[in-house]
Amino acid sequence: MTYLRPSFRHPEQPINELGFTRKDYEGALSTLCAGCGHDSISAAIVQACFELSIAPHKVAKLSGIGCSSKTPTYFLGNSHGFNSVHGRMPSVATGANLANRDLIYVGVSGDGDSASIGMGQFTHAVRRNVNMMYVVENNGCYGLTKGQDSATADVGSASKKGEPNPFEAIDLASIALQLGASFVARSFSGDREQLVPLIKAAISHRGFAFIDVISPCVTFNNNPASTKGYEYVRDHLAATGTVDYVPFKQEISTSYAEGESKAVTLHDGSVVQLRKADPELDLNSRRSALRLIKDYRAKEQILTGLLYMDEDSQDLHEIIGTSKTPLQALTEAELCPGQKVLDKLNDSLR
Amino acid sequence: MKRIEAVNDFVIKFANVNGTGSASANNMFAKALFRMGLPVSPKNIFPSNIQGLPTWFEVRVNEKGFLGRRGGIDMMVCMNPQSMAKDIKELESGGYFLYDSSKPLDLRLLRSDVTFIGIPLRDLCRREFSDPRQQQLFRNVVYVGALAALLDIEFDVLTGLVADQFQGKEKLITSNVRALELGYHYAAENIDCPLGIRVERRDAVGDAILIDGNTASALGAIYGGASVAAWYPITPSTSVVDGFDKYCKRLRIDPASGNKNYAIVQAEDELAAIGMVIGASWNGARAFTATSGPGISLMSEFLGLAYFAEIPCVLINVQRAGPSTGMPTRTQQSDVMACAYASHGDTKHVLLFPATAQECFSMTAEAFDLAEELQTPVIVMSDLDLGMNDSMSPPLSWDDQREYRRGKVYSGEQLEAMSERFGRYLDTDGDGIPYRTYPGAHPEKGAFFTRGTSRDEYAVYTEDSAQYELNMQRLLKKWQTASTKVPKAEECNASGAADVGVIYYGTSHEAAREAVDSLSRAGIAVDTLRLKAFPFDDGVAAFIDSHKQLFIIEQNRDAQMRSLIVNECLVSPRRLVPILNYGGMPITARQIESDICRHLDENKVQPLRAAKETV
Repeated sequence: MTYLRPSFRHPEQPINELGFTRKDYEGALSTLCAGCGHDSISAAIVQACFELSIAPHKVAKLSGIGCSSKTPTYFLGNSHGFNSVHGRMPSVATGANLANRDLIYVGVSGDGDSASIGMGQFTHAVRRNVNMMYVVENNGCYGLTKGQDSATADVGSASKKGEPNPFEAIDLASIALQLGASFVARSFSGDREQLVPLIKAAISHRGFAFIDVISPCVTFNNNPASTKGYEYVRDHLAATGTVDYVPFKQEISTSYAEGESKAVTLHDGSVVQLRKADPELDLNSRRSALRLIKDYRAKEQILTGLLYMDEDSQDLHEIIGTSKTPLQALTEAELCPGQKVLDKLNDSLR
Repeated sequence: MKRIEAVNDFVIKFANVNGTGSASANNMFAKALFRMGLPVSPKNIFPSNIQGLPTWFEVRVNEKGFLGRRGGIDMMVCMNPQSMAKDIKELESGGYFLYDSSKPLDLRLLRSDVTFIGIPLRDLCRREFSDPRQQQLFRNVVYVGALAALLDIEFDVLTGLVADQFQGKEKLITSNVRALELGYHYAAENIDCPLGIRVERRDAVGDAILIDGNTASALGAIYGGASVAAWYPITPSTSVVDGFDKYCKRLRIDPASGNKNYAIVQAEDELAAIGMVIGASWNGARAFTATSGPGISLMSEFLGLAYFAEIPCVLINVQRAGPSTGMPTRTQQSDVMACAYASHGDTKHVLLFPATAQECFSMTAEAFDLAEELQTPVIVMSDLDLGMNDSMSPPLSWDDQREYRRGKVYSGEQLEAMSERFGRYLDTDGDGIPYRTYPGAHPEKGAFFTRGTSRDEYAVYTEDSAQYELNMQRLLKKWQTASTKVPKAEECNASGAADVGVIYYGTSHEAAREAVDSLSRAGIAVDTLRLKAFPFDDGVAAFIDSHKQLFIIEQNRDAQMRSLIVNECLVSPRRLVPILNYGGMPITARQIESDICRHLDENKVQPLRAAKETV
């Protein structure tokens, strides 16, 4: 890796609707290993946010602890970030979201962070349908502590140390589906064509949008015996189809035959269009997604792409009925009932 | 036999079975005395159980206004055969024992120095009510009616309470009043009324209210502007959030839309509860959680983050008896150390020690100001005794001119006007407190990365020793600033110079006040210092310096506050003699008085003995 980032930018570099260039969405220089899958995901987030014309300061990015959780430093440098404690990002994100429903929440976590120490918090953020994008950068190992197996490592998969993992793997996408996540996808850090539109759709989706991104650890888990290495993943990749994300007001230019594709209109008016590779997939059925994941797994294939979405689900705020004004913007007059109310209350306590 | 004779100064204890509906009858009893203008302090002594185990309700009446536990029981109302033997033993000599005489009393339990009063409660109820559930429930109301005759309680006051409680439910009012009458008439006709102990109307409560500390804390959170509450149920703190929910439904619903101007989330555990509070506070809302000891243990990792990353948050810790699960329904002040230094690494947290329900209200509200001004966790250290028992309290009050002190936060406009680089951890004005920004404040300026790792003044990750130390030193400076902002310890001096100083905090207040009054009448002058907060203000060390003989009253085994004072004020531990109560029941005035006297006496003889030995 290089420690110098060229400051030169093409004079005619593209700008988005808000007048920002792609650079405005970048963060600090990554300190991860050269070739780390996580950096590709950061780049995909940058590209998606740039193309979505999101005001950078309207995003809050949150993470836990681990290699993946370091990455929010490397994208969206003009956004507030919160690198919390190990496995606890979901609760911090939930609280942040409760305080201000108007921001966009990007949560980044890893397989250790979400499938082990933070499994409890992850599952409960899912069932509360917190309005956020939750990306797990899944490499099947603990990179920052030098390569121990994580809970998403497949049975029999061996990291650089060479010992096959004897324990059953946790599939976070299946768990998210079972617990009521309203948007579930899987992707591969090496497939930006697929990942960028998925991120756009996840950000635009209202509710908990989960993306499990297989993201190889080049240093500790990229050997031939690993099922999370580049080579294995590339060789065993399958996709539910191709996702097109069409922003609000933009005309849908491609048309596909009925049954081959599914178009879903999101709350902000944008459209997610899926060209199905597998006609079996019913995007609105959890059961269908769970079955397909299993079926592909039985064929030793990793099913990626959009797996499930419920565009009409109620997020946490709607479920508990909080005010449309962000709670953090309520004024003292709205919050404090004043002495007169206390007088009455005192009377009732005599 | 010499019977106890007392007007408006006695302790009565009700022994019940939990789950039988005794609580509301016992509360009615206490409130009736309160409405007769008499200071009362009811205390519920209950098991960690829902139905079938012994539970007690102790009410002290004291027209002088001493509201702590006195020690000793003058009258026992026994409704529980399981605990009867123990209950009889507990009575003071000359006391009174009221029991259900529908069944004969075990004669082996009789005491010649106690007056036994039998009332056939079960039989009276069986005759009057046909429904078995009513027969059970109204037994409690019948004994309250009997007590009205036995203790001279104004009957109108009781019927007034029934009318208030069951407003609009005529049927219930009629049957409750009937039950009261049953007991009243039976006692009046069959027993020599009133007893040696009795009440008389006084005007000794002024405009006071009867409220439990947890409800007062909940109201404090509402008035303090909390809009996010995240919690995990745990005795004895649960009623804080229940109260917040109840009053928010009345006071925080937007009239136009019907939407809530608050959010309450029951988290999956205490770790998540404090995480949510931290996330919400980071994002500019006032947020809090309520918990007890085991919850504090679980929240400790996050408390370290909030301390180090400088995120305001408010915790209400309603302490119970530890360690571990301990005695979940008994009181203690045993989380002092765990809270003061919660989490790994060098951490210190701001603590507030309310002693009354009114302070639960005012200190909880204040905690939000302090947390945001100091950008750090603030823990309100209540306890089960204060939190779950009704107590007589001055009315709650709020200065409508008061404005929330939101601390140092740069707005979008301020950021826009700034030419220099924003430094999240830059101490711009020397008090150790930097400026923060809320997410979304400004399109290009003010964003920073919050982290639990070491960072420089601009919130950029660093492992540079000098930068790390600079930051840790600034946190100490902030701690110094905190000691000037928290409520000062309250000193109360005896008339004339006193050599003896007594330090206490929280719910030891009432018992300590009474013990000191009693000591002064015995000719022992005592100055007191009530701690209200940690960090300690300068007055604490000054008080210690200016007294020869010092006591510290605590409701834990290890004298935790003493350790804190020794550590923070650099005082020799020998200087502070601990007076400790940790059995789970609130400390009594009698214990404090006798412990102090014993120590003073022992100290008087010690020099003589030493002199003899040298001869």
